[in-house]
Parts: sequence; structure tokens; C-alpha cells
Amino acid sequence: MRQGDYTILENSRIASRIWRMTLSGDTEGILRGGQFVDVEVDGCFLRRPFAVTDWTKDTLSLIYKVVGQGTEIMSQWREGSSVNLLTGLGNGFDTSLCRKKALVVCGGIGASPAFHLVKELIEEGKEVTVVLGYNNASELILFDEYRKLGAGVRVATMDGSVGIKGLVTDVIDTLDGGYDFFYTCGPKVMMEAVCRKLDISGQVSLEERMGCGCGICFGCTCHTADGPKRVCFDGPVFKKEDVIW
Amino acid sequence: MVTSVNLCGIELRNPVVPASGTFGFGLEASSFYDINCLGGISLKGTTLEARFGNECPRIAECPDGMINSVGLQNPGVKVLVEEKIPALRKIYGGVVIANVSGFSIEEYEKCCSAVSASPDVDIIEVNVSCPNVHGGGLAFGTDAATAAQVTRAVKRVSTKPVFIKLSPNVTDIAAIARACEEAGADGLTLINTILGMRIDIRRRKPVVANRYGGFSGRAVLPVALRMVNQVHNACSLPIMGCGGVSCASDVVEMMMAGATAVQVGAENLRNPMACRDIVNELPLLMEELHIENINEIIGIV
Ligand SMILES: Cc1cc2nc3c(=O)[nH]c(=O)nc-3n(C[C@H](O)[C@H](O)[C@H](O)COP(=O)(O)OP(=O)(O)OC[C@H]3O[C@@H](n4cnc5c(N)ncnc54)[C@H](O)[C@@H]3O)c2cc1C
Ligand SMILES: Cc1cc2nc3c(=O)[nH]c(=O)nc-3n(C[C@H](O)[C@H](O)[C@H](O)COP(=O)(O)O)c2cc1C
Ligand code: FES
Repeated sequence: MRQGDYTILENSRIASRIWRMTLSGDTEGILRGGQFVDVEVDGCFLRRPFAVTDWTKDTLSLIYKVVGQGTEIMSQWREGSSVNLLTGLGNGFDTSLCRKKALVVCGGIGASPAFHLVKELIEEGKEVTVVLGYNNASELILFDEYRKLGAGVRVATMDGSVGIKGLVTDVIDTLDGGYDFFYTCGPKVMMEAVCRKLDISGQVSLEERMGCGCGICFGCTCHTADGPKRVCFDGPVFKKEDVIW
Repeated sequence: MVTSVNLCGIELRNPVVPASGTFGFGLEASSFYDINCLGGISLKGTTLEARFGNECPRIAECPDGMINSVGLQNPGVKVLVEEKIPALRKIYGGVVIANVSGFSIEEYEKCCSAVSASPDVDIIEVNVSCPNVHGGGLAFGTDAATAAQVTRAVKRVSTKPVFIKLSPNVTDIAAIARACEEAGADGLTLINTILGMRIDIRRRKPVVANRYGGFSGRAVLPVALRMVNQVHNACSLPIMGCGGVSCASDVVEMMMAGATAVQVGAENLRNPMACRDIVNELPLLMEELHIENINEIIGIV
């Protein structure tokens, strides 16, 4: 965990109620896709946790959905202003668990935490299919970016406005197979359905309301097959076999 | 300039102590900064047996504060004494405060005698805000007679100074403090969290799964100051003041109200570096206020 001040380079709306913020500052503490940062928001007591979508040596980007008090304030932040972050939080996804061919299944804003994971997998020479599920076309994020990475990208929307009409699990039914590992991030019901459908091993990224975000308050503990675990510190990424739905 | 303070013969290099439940067992935080700058560390509350605590959500945002309903998640006193405390002692030379909870007098007793046997524990802090399973679920600390009963029981089995940590959810905190003093307490910590609630108006449900939780953070400072001052005036025990402290000036305020040491709780969750920042800020503020020895301001108001 590292704490520091970051400068906003860009903060703009990229889809319905969804914003991307790019910040400059120290990214040395960020090691893996699926890790998160905790953002201090003036006017809120607690920090707000967000996955890091992507990062370079001195910039990082977040994609966030405006859902309440904190994200509403964040959406009004101007370029050039300063933000305090805790970075390098959580364990992140483990690319070494996939040997050759990965299936990455994301729902809604869950497309963000998996982005750097897919980048890492492709850099390691693995074949990746990304399945993205949204309610409708207005929520579509990262579609082109995933394609540019060289992943096969398939989309499902509830209303059929892009890709096939239905759920990510409907897309999975149409895939050829040959995957040796999967990764999933999105609403809990979706991840549970994905875990039940796929008989290969996988990793799941969980979400919980947090106090500290860095392992000191036990505010985010979940039950796992391996005993109580802090989502912020022992997770947010867990093995499919350990998750208790 | 003197920043060290003394609690029952135990010297703290400065009055700043992270409060129980907001600093884990000190190990995680040791990777954030050198925790040896801290006067003491109050560890996560421990019960006799391991506890999962309450279901999530356990945390609710509030104006200038938060609610927690962690529900005393801990690995049990055996793991605390055999693993957590020795591991902390290897890297930390300051005062180690073991925080103990129980749901019956017998559990408090067993827990205190176990931590008392640890050579690495300097002070025992007894959290009496837990519900008494044999007393209709009422918290031990909300009744003077039961608070005194816990105090007597733990004093019998403890070889270390015992601080009773008082609940603010009472009408007359001074009466409880006096009862603990008469029962043999060596010191008092106050305040614990204030019982509170938040409601999710869209889901039409309480935010925390346990319905109610403990409210703390910056917003409670005035309540904590008032109670510390009342207790300071009502008895002669040393006090660790706690509640809403977020900066060096809050530490000074708490000490002027009557505290000898000052605990920082929820602020560690907003800013994991909070205690270090306060320790660094304190001498500068003392200089500005012409305080040569921090002890001269204790209970000055
Ligand atoms: C590890 C992790 C990674 C996340 N990554 C992303 C991301 O990349 N993009 C994104 O849009 N969202 C992400 N979230 C969810 C995001 O943290 C919440 O949407 C956000 O905190 C809401 O804040 P608010 O003040 O707008 O909402 P409010 O409802 O006003 O918040 C009140 C309190 O509840 C908490 N809270 C509310 N919803 C959630 C939630 N779903 N999960 C956790 N805490 C919540 C807030 O942090 C705050 O403490 C992530 C959550 C976690 C735990
Ligand atoms: C997340 C959290 C967990 C806590 N756990 C304990 C505990 O285990 N034992 C205890 O005596 N007090 C516990 N407390 C209470 C604090 O130690 C402190 O008394 C209270 O929060 C008031 O201080 P504050 O306003 O600085 O937070 C906890 C508080 C928080 C916020
Ligand atoms: S949020 Fe504090 S331990 Fe996870």
C-alpha cells in the first residue's frame, strides 16, 4: 500500500453514468490487474474503492459508475486538481494460473478491473476471449480497447441493442471451448452463474463495502472455504473453489 | 520538549495510540510506516474463542463519521497470545495494549488471565460494551454494578494494569467510572462507539446487516471530550481519551479535558498514516502553544 497525491489529467463521461479518470503520479505500488485504489473524496468520511483499469510508469486510469454521493462528487472534479489515493491495494488476478487459453467474463463496470489482466495475459502469449455483458448499448465500455489488445471480444446485452440478446452465460454456450482457466468480474449473481456453468478452475473478483481498504479494520470480511477473509487484503480476487455464494 | 506520558508507571514515548479495532494487530500497518513512532498500540478486541463477527455489510458512511458492526471478529485469545502479540513484539518496542471482550464474567476472566500471562502485554484494556448473555443482553458497561463486577473479576486474575473501556451509551458516565475505580480499575479508556443506524432509502433496509452499529469518527469528538472531562472530574484514575480524534489539536484538546493518553480510531480508516502524521504534528503544535511538557496540560480546563 502506498499513499500519495495525484493530479487529474482527464475526467470525462464515456458511457451512460460512466466516467473515466486518468491521473498522474506514482504507480510503483500497483503490481497486478484487479488491484484497486482507495480515493479520498472531499465531503465523504470514508474513501471510495475503484479498480485500476490500466496504468503506466506515471499515470493510472479508473472507470467509475456514478451511483451515489461520492461518485457524484468525483464526476465534477476538474482536470488539474489534486486527489489523494491509496494505491496497490488487494491481491489482483494471477495470470500464471492460466496455461494457454483464458476466458474472461465481465458484467457492466466489471469490464474495468479485468482490462489490465487481459493485457498481461496477451503479453504472456496466451489466447484470450473476453465476454462482456451489459444492460444495453448505452453502458458499453472498453469494447474497442479490448479488441485492440488482441483479445476475441463477444458482447451480450439484455435488450439486444449490441451483440447477442441475453446474458453472458448465453454467449458462453456459443463458444468453442478449449479454455483452461477463467476470470470473472461483475455482479455477484452473474459471477455465480458463470462459476456454476464452467467446470474449469477460475478466479472471481468480489466486492464489499469497505472501511479502511487496507486490511486493518475487518470491515469487509467474507466467508470462504478457507475461513474468514478480508476482501480488501486477502482478496478481492478469490479462487472459484473458495467462494461461498 | 517532553512528549512522553506515564500510565500506571508505564511510559509511552508520546500520548498517541491507535484505538482497538482500527489498527488490526499492528502487523499490516507496520508495512505502511515505522510503527515505533507510536506511544502504544491497542490491539483488535479479543474473545476467548475465535469469532467471525457479523455478516456484511459491516460499514456505513455517515456525515463526518462512520458506523461499524464488525462484531468483534477475532482469531481467539490463544492465537492472539501465541502468534499475533509475539509477532508484533518482534517489530515494535512501544506499549502493547491487549483489548479484551466477553459475553459473560467468566469469559472476561479467562481471557484476561490468558493475556496477562503474555510477557509482551503491557496493559489490558477491557471492553465492557458487549452484551451480557446472562443479563438479558444489556451491555456490561451500561450499569454501574455490572461494570464493577467485571472490573473486580478481571483484576483478580490480571498481573498487568487494567483499563476499563467505557461505553458512552449511558446516562451518567461518571457514576460508572466511579464504580470501576472503587472496584479496583487501574485506569479508564473512553469512549467506545455510540450506538447508531443508517437506512438505505432505496432498499428500505438498514445499511449494515446487523441493523445497528457503533458510530464514531470526527463527529463524536465533542461527546467524547465532554465525557472525558466528566470522568476526569469524578475520579482520579488515568484516562486514555478516545473518540473523534483526527489531528494534533484534537489530541491537545483531549488532554486538556483530562486524558493522559489519546487514542485514534476511525481516522486510521480514512488515512492509514493518521497516527504517524499526528505524532509528527504534535511537537510543532506544542511549540506554537508554548507547551514545554505535554503533561502540564492534562485536565487543565
Ligand atoms: C475492490 C472494489 C473495486 C471496485 N471497483 C470499481 C470500479 O472499477 N468501478 C466502479 O464504478 N465501481 C467500483 N467499485 C464499487 C465502488 O466502490 C462503489 O460504487 C462506490 O464506492 C460508490 O460510492 P458512492 O459514494 O457513489 O455511493 P454511496 O452509495 O453513496 O456510498 C455509500 C458507501 O457505500 C459504499 N458502497 C456503495 N456501493 C458500493 C459497492 N458496490 N461496493 C463497495 N462499496 C460500496 C461506498 O464506498 C460508501 O462507503 C468497486 C468496489 C470494490 C470493493
Ligand atoms: C471498525 C472499528 C472496529 C472497532 N473495534 C473495537 C474493538 O474490537 N474493541 C473495542 O474496544 N473498540 C472497538 N472500536 C471502537 C474504537 O476503539 C473507538 O473506541 C471508537 O471508534 C471511538 O473512536 P473514534 O471516534 O476515533 O473512532 C472499533 C471501532 C471501529 C471504527
Ligand atoms: S476494509 Fe478494512 S479490513 Fe477490509
